[in-house]
Amino acid sequence: MRPQSHAFKANARAALGDANLQQAMNNLKTGFVARRAAVVALLPEWENLRDAAIAIKKHTLTHLDFYLEAFERQVVAQGGHVHWCRDAAEANATVLKICRALGAKTVTKGKSMIGEEMAVNDYLAANGVTPVETDLGEYILQIRNEPPSHIIAPAIHLVKEQVAESFRQTHTELDPARPLDDARQMCDEARGILRKSFLAADVGITGANFLIAETGSSIIVTNEGNGDLTQSLPRAHIVLASLEKVVPTLEDASTILRLLARSATGQEFSAYTTISTGPRRAADIDGPGEYHVVLLDNGRSALLGSEFEDMLRCIRCAACLNHCPVYAAIGGHSYGWVYPGPMGAVLTPSLIGISEAGNLPNASTFCGRCEEVCPMKIPLPRMMRHWREREYERHLSPARARWGLAVWAFLVTHPALYRPLAEIAARALGFFGGSRGRFRTLPFAGGWTDGRDMPAPQGRSFHALWAERQRGRA
Amino acid sequence: MAEPKRVALFVTCLVDLFRPSIGFAAVKLLEQAGCAVSVPTAQTCCGQPAYNSGDKRHTKTVARQVIAAFSGFDYVVVPSGSCAGMIKIHYPALFADEPELAERARELAARTYELVAFLVDVMGMTRVAATHAGSVTYHDSCSGLRELGVKSQPRQLLASVTGLTLNEMPDCEVCCGFGGTFAVKYPEISEQIAGEKTAAISASGAAMVLAGDLGCLLNIAGKLKRQGKPVQARHVAEILADMTDQPAIGEGSG
Repeated sequence: MRPQSHAFKANARAALGDANLQQAMNNLKTGFVARRAAVVALLPEWENLRDAAIAIKKHTLTHLDFYLEAFERQVVAQGGHVHWCRDAAEANATVLKICRALGAKTVTKGKSMIGEEMAVNDYLAANGVTPVETDLGEYILQIRNEPPSHIIAPAIHLVKEQVAESFRQTHTELDPARPLDDARQMCDEARGILRKSFLAADVGITGANFLIAETGSSIIVTNEGNGDLTQSLPRAHIVLASLEKVVPTLEDASTILRLLARSATGQEFSAYTTISTGPRRAADIDGPGEYHVVLLDNGRSALLGSEFEDMLRCIRCAACLNHCPVYAAIGGHSYGWVYPGPMGAVLTPSLIGISEAGNLPNASTFCGRCEEVCPMKIPLPRMMRHWREREYERHLSPARARWGLAVWAFLVTHPALYRPLAEIAARALGFFGGSRGRFRTLPFAGGWTDGRDMPAPQGRSFHALWAERQRGRA
Repeated sequence: MAEPKRVALFVTCLVDLFRPSIGFAAVKLLEQAGCAVSVPTAQTCCGQPAYNSGDKRHTKTVARQVIAAFSGFDYVVVPSGSCAGMIKIHYPALFADEPELAERARELAARTYELVAFLVDVMGMTRVAATHAGSVTYHDSCSGLRELGVKSQPRQLLASVTGLTLNEMPDCEVCCGFGGTFAVKYPEISEQIAGEKTAAISASGAAMVLAGDLGCLLNIAGKLKRQGKPVQARHVAEILADMTDQPAIGEGSG
């Protein structure tokens, strides 16, 4: 997808005025946040689990080359293939090559953020292969021609009335008078439609939550079971995975799985946890004839050893999105690319550049709730600050802000000059604030006073009053 | 009797400019706790505007000034969680590549405290001599809460205020949308988040909202006033010090 992160401010403004979006985002608080808190409270070993999971990821990242090569050896030993891809273009070409070799006309697809990073659907469609999303949220977005707005709940920005409308417009072969008032009806309708795609598909594409070095397996977690049909019915299963998804053992994956669903949806475990190891064997009653892992770097290896390395611990649970006041206010599309919210504010500039994504690490209050709930304790605010520092060093921040900071820095580092100016400002603003004690408008503060008043100073600076008090005591 | 603790007050730039009564409330509370309070004159700001804008060079200049101005005191006390967090958590990290200054920053950090946490955790204060007839709700400002662990201390002291009842609001730990430079750079998003906060404050039914950071309070009070809500906003130190003779934040004398 073409990044729209540079237009963050305009995107956010539109989102703030979108009544459907605002209604939909209200569900975050009562849904994910409350359920996560309840389920975490039931687990006394939560903090120990976090530390254990962090240790696994840190160890793996330190020896990433070793575990990736071990993973590849095991995949090959099971009869599968690993395709090392530096960027999205290489990954897309690889997927297309596999499809063409099989003469594939349609592919079914489970949810994959790497697929979004590659924009694999657009690429396949442009090359004569029809992709069909099978995750309900992704399916809704595909027929609406929209990108996901959340990394685990892709259609969270929609209300159900919008979904019903899209179904009526798309499923024209069905009775136009059918009821579509509740989620169950829409779910059943999508299920009926998708069943045909599952059976017709030549290739199935899924993402991966984990790659297991010791067994050469990939693991996906879903709540709909769509991933299982996507990967086991067609002739080939293609796994799209970024390279930091690897962990040494199945035991390691199960440790992290205990954190994943709880942090994500507040479930103890996802409904389906599916482990895939190689293609169908002679004695298997079903399964794909081919098993391919497309292993994508796309800028991640450059984060190793940098101040952003901790970001590679991310397990894509979306707890940081769910708990972010900024994300809740403006939704995921405002961020303009694949990854929204706090994790996106760190990852997006890493992958598509700070000049495109400069607003993202800036649009945070540094409230710290993301780091607090992150099961991997990724220091997201600290890394957002690192991006701001890089932006400032590269002179990408606005000239007016830089000039303002220089003036401010001069004043605050000259206390003898600053103090009388603060007293004058306090007196003047206190005077003009007058008996109301606040301003409805202020020159140079239009942004602030558009939506709220600015309380007026009391009229004297503390230091001036303190000096008078000290003189009075002397 | 032991020598009184020599405490330097870091006033903060917002309290200096907007609401000196918070500074005097802090002085009163510290003196009640038995401290000898000084206000070093070479102080202005902690440097957050530059630090949060990615401007490390100017941040370091300001931080060096603070480190020098506050050397030699037993403690440095700040009536703001975010400014205290800046000194206590971020200064040592800021000078990671300058060992000598990093050491001085760590030394300063070790004796720097947020006001209410200092009163309770260091001075052992368990109650205050204050009266406030009415219901209040308490907003946990983000930096104080998450960087410094300020949570129970203000509630403990508020519980000792005669006549006061604390009505907790839903989501009291959720950000008010101020975020310092964030409120300037992204005013529309900031204002939307502030609206969520004032809705939560209204839901508490309290007549007054308290917090430990003037930045948050300017934002919250500004939003409450614009919405025409009758809820007052004050810094928690004003109630604890029994100094409510000044109008509440954003309210006039007339």
